[in-house]
Amino acid sequence: MVRQQLTHGEIEPLLDTWLETEFTFHAVGPLAHALSGLAREEQDFVLDWIKRIANTHITLAVHFAKRAPDLLRRLDRRAIEAWAVHLCDTYDRAGIYAALSVAEQAGSYAHTGQDHTESALFDDIAGVLGNFVHGLSGRRLRVEQGEAAHTDGEKIVLPAMVSRFPGRDDNFRLAKAMVALLWAQTRYGTLRADLATACAGFAQPDHALRQLNALETLRLTARIGRELPGLHRDIRRLMDALGESLPTAWQPFAERLAAPDAGIEDSLALLDAAYPLPDFPAWCHQGELRPDAVTAARAARLDKEKARLRIKLAQLLEEHARAQASREPATPDPRDIEVTPRDENGALDFELTLDGAPLAPPDDVRQLLTSVYLDFGEIPPEYLVPAGDGEYDLKAVFDQPEDPDAVWQGTYHEKGAELYPEWDHGRQHYRKNWCTMREKAVTPVYDDFVRDTLAKHAGVVRHLRRRFEALRDENRFEKRQTQGDEIDLDALVEALADAHDGREMSDRLFVRLHRAERNIAVAFLVDMSGSTKGWINDAEREALILLCEALELLGDRYAIYGFSGTTRKRCELFRIKTFDDAYDDEVRARIAGIRPQEYTRMGFALRHMTRLLNAVEAKTRVLVTLSDGRPDDYFDVYRGEYGVEDTRMALLEAARTGIHPFCITLDREARDYLPHMYGAARFIIIDDVRQLPLKVTDIYRRLTT
Amino acid sequence: MTAHTLTPESHFIDREPYYETVGDEIAIFEAAYRNRLPVLLKGPTGCGKTRFMEHMAWRLKRPLITVSCHDDLTASDLVGRYLVKGGETVWVDGPLTRAVRCGGICYLDEIVEARKDTMVVIHPLADDRRELPMEKLGQLLQAPEEFCLAISYNPGYQSVLKDLKQSTRQRFVALEFDYPAAELERRIVANESGVDAAMAEKLVKFAQMTRNLKGSGLEEGASTRLLVHAGKLIASSVDPVVACRSAVAQAVTDDADMLAAIQELSSSLF
Repeated sequence: MVRQQLTHGEIEPLLDTWLETEFTFHAVGPLAHALSGLAREEQDFVLDWIKRIANTHITLAVHFAKRAPDLLRRLDRRAIEAWAVHLCDTYDRAGIYAALSVAEQAGSYAHTGQDHTESALFDDIAGVLGNFVHGLSGRRLRVEQGEAAHTDGEKIVLPAMVSRFPGRDDNFRLAKAMVALLWAQTRYGTLRADLATACAGFAQPDHALRQLNALETLRLTARIGRELPGLHRDIRRLMDALGESLPTAWQPFAERLAAPDAGIEDSLALLDAAYPLPDFPAWCHQGELRPDAVTAARAARLDKEKARLRIKLAQLLEEHARAQASREPATPDPRDIEVTPRDENGALDFELTLDGAPLAPPDDVRQLLTSVYLDFGEIPPEYLVPAGDGEYDLKAVFDQPEDPDAVWQGTYHEKGAELYPEWDHGRQHYRKNWCTMREKAVTPVYDDFVRDTLAKHAGVVRHLRRRFEALRDENRFEKRQTQGDEIDLDALVEALADAHDGREMSDRLFVRLHRAERNIAVAFLVDMSGSTKGWINDAEREALILLCEALELLGDRYAIYGFSGTTRKRCELFRIKTFDDAYDDEVRARIAGIRPQEYTRMGFALRHMTRLLNAVEAKTRVLVTLSDGRPDDYFDVYRGEYGVEDTRMALLEAARTGIHPFCITLDREARDYLPHMYGAARFIIIDDVRQLPLKVTDIYRRLTT
Repeated sequence: MTAHTLTPESHFIDREPYYETVGDEIAIFEAAYRNRLPVLLKGPTGCGKTRFMEHMAWRLKRPLITVSCHDDLTASDLVGRYLVKGGETVWVDGPLTRAVRCGGICYLDEIVEARKDTMVVIHPLADDRRELPMEKLGQLLQAPEEFCLAISYNPGYQSVLKDLKQSTRQRFVALEFDYPAAELERRIVANESGVDAAMAEKLVKFAQMTRNLKGSGLEEGASTRLLVHAGKLIASSVDPVVACRSAVAQAVTDDADMLAAIQELSSSLF
């Protein structure tokens, strides 16, 4: 059935509602008029996104609506979606002004002359290109999203989409070529020179920098031609398709820079001659040169890497000396370390010799050497002096985990924290890096709680022990098998007697050792929000003690974490027992020390537990959450539908990775939302809080058999 | 066309298997053999451990009996067991016992895959006693001078569950293998697969790229063996990019993103 196109009169009231024109006074008339000209299917698409973006910020939605008809003509749907998400992400990250400037650039963003372009979207290609660039030699570069293609020597920045060509394949090829050229800048010396100073002497430093970028593009493209001939063919093809070529005036430079030994010095030497020429028409795979970014990254890197390398060398020497101590008398210090870089055939390797004898550098040392080599073109001798005792503050040189409480007091409260996305159901998309999550330890409380609990539930503990012991699988011999290590003599005698009687002889004549392999890892996530204060908190703690007693019998690997938080900036996960901790007095004291904290923001906790569980080697992974009610957070949209939808999504994500989520809840009032929220998980409602300690263990038993 | 059936005892290697010496591994192995010491070969998959064993078996003119270990391999599978034949029980020697009896070279490949209790049966063979207790027979088999025990493992798979016990590893003379240096690897690839020197050089460069990916989601880079496979396909006029995809990329990973990245690397190179 073909649905009718929406008219101007039908669209306007919709926009009035979503854009709240009563208060914002946006003129929706022209917007509605422009949209009424689209096909119904296109109208639905655009209106849906206007509604979703308005959920984030109304002004952004207005900007989107204004540009949508034009974008629809030029780009495919996925690219427009990506652009809409990019708008919202920029708003989340940097505020409304940054987002508006992205909106303003819509024209250049969709940098294309053709209609209906199939763009290569950053999110689709970043994974492949990230691995691609790791495969090439040199420093391990990250691939990140930004406004324009450039590199600072540690990361390669690509725009949100590449859409110069009508087809997605060609756009991907172009993105790959951009990555390769930026990689070549770090690998073949462009960033080694002081680019800003080199251009500062000219009347127009910006123009000089652009010309220098052009010279380097010529040099590095020729270099790529030698190192990666297949890619070079692609670049030529893309350039031909766009009608790009080498201007005649630049021909002599290109020839000069194509020499195998051409370096950044040659480009700098040619800059004087290139400066008077008009701006080089940029090639499609050419990025920008950003000397500021390069200098900043390099300044932060140099001292740190020098210290790291010297410390690592000292460690290497010490290990080497220990290994040799038994064989030879100790050689007097200082030892003579030499490093010979071998930069040939596209690969970069280092030969490390100690007093003339070769020593295999471990991976981390090799990576440091690579990075230093790329910065200097050699390994400066002062980098090879092993660090003396106490010469460096190890804490300053190697990244340290931040103390969660100290960090919160300062302004940089995202430093050292882990960031998790959150599902915004209004936007129907994730908010990237939305929750700032930190793991904290629970302060152990050594009181009588554990003893009292075990005494109070003595009967239950005995009962649980019996039931769990019955579950335990053990190594045992299985008789009458068709295959096995030994002959089952009883079976054989019977079989021979049968054969003697003329009956059929059984072939089940062997004994086989059955090996028990219960391979389960389970994570318990306990609600530590303020609302659990009192009865519920006591019941939770008792339940955990009984559970641990029973689990110790089974030998399943398990971890216990508590969650709480205030707003997305302060999401806290409390370590009670990690997978590696043994169930000892300290863990018991930590269970006793569980205290109600703040609010119930669940999504980040589920996502973090999913990650922890997936890092454990086990056949079956179970995630059990224990909570007292619906998700909630301080003065935040998390209360209500948003929180329910985010929790549901986090559970779905867990299930998608093969984890079995299970939820135990004490919420007695609002049962209506539970089936929806726990969609992917099985769940159970416990009415009587006092039942919790007995029920939890029993539920676990049924869940895992 | 008929396939040859060989008994383990008659598995002598007559033609010299192609092997490029990397260091002094041949001299060390021969010295260990003369002194009746067992040998442990360490190294990543496909770097030439098995080929080295074949080469040594040819050099020493002893039959080579290889057992590929797996996690269901029991001691009986190595030593032997009783079977029922026509109403009677008959003892059948396992491969390890047969190797001891005929004074061959027993090579236990990927020993860490075997269960720990299985590994223990080789202990008396691997020290100066050089004997194999066969409990079920009530016999003790004394190994002849020619017998040699060699095991291999890959320290790359660093799972705590699969590590070689100290009591096992400290009985062996260890030889470490790694992918050969670029120059040597080029020669090996050219020699084994029949591609020209230029193509061999590109293949080695490609292998280096995949080895750079180790740690970015790839468990192991491309081994020399895979390069030889790719080279053989190319020598049979398969397009190099296609050959690298089939022989290398698909062999090292199933991950779609990683496959695409490796594909991009090879298409950049050829």
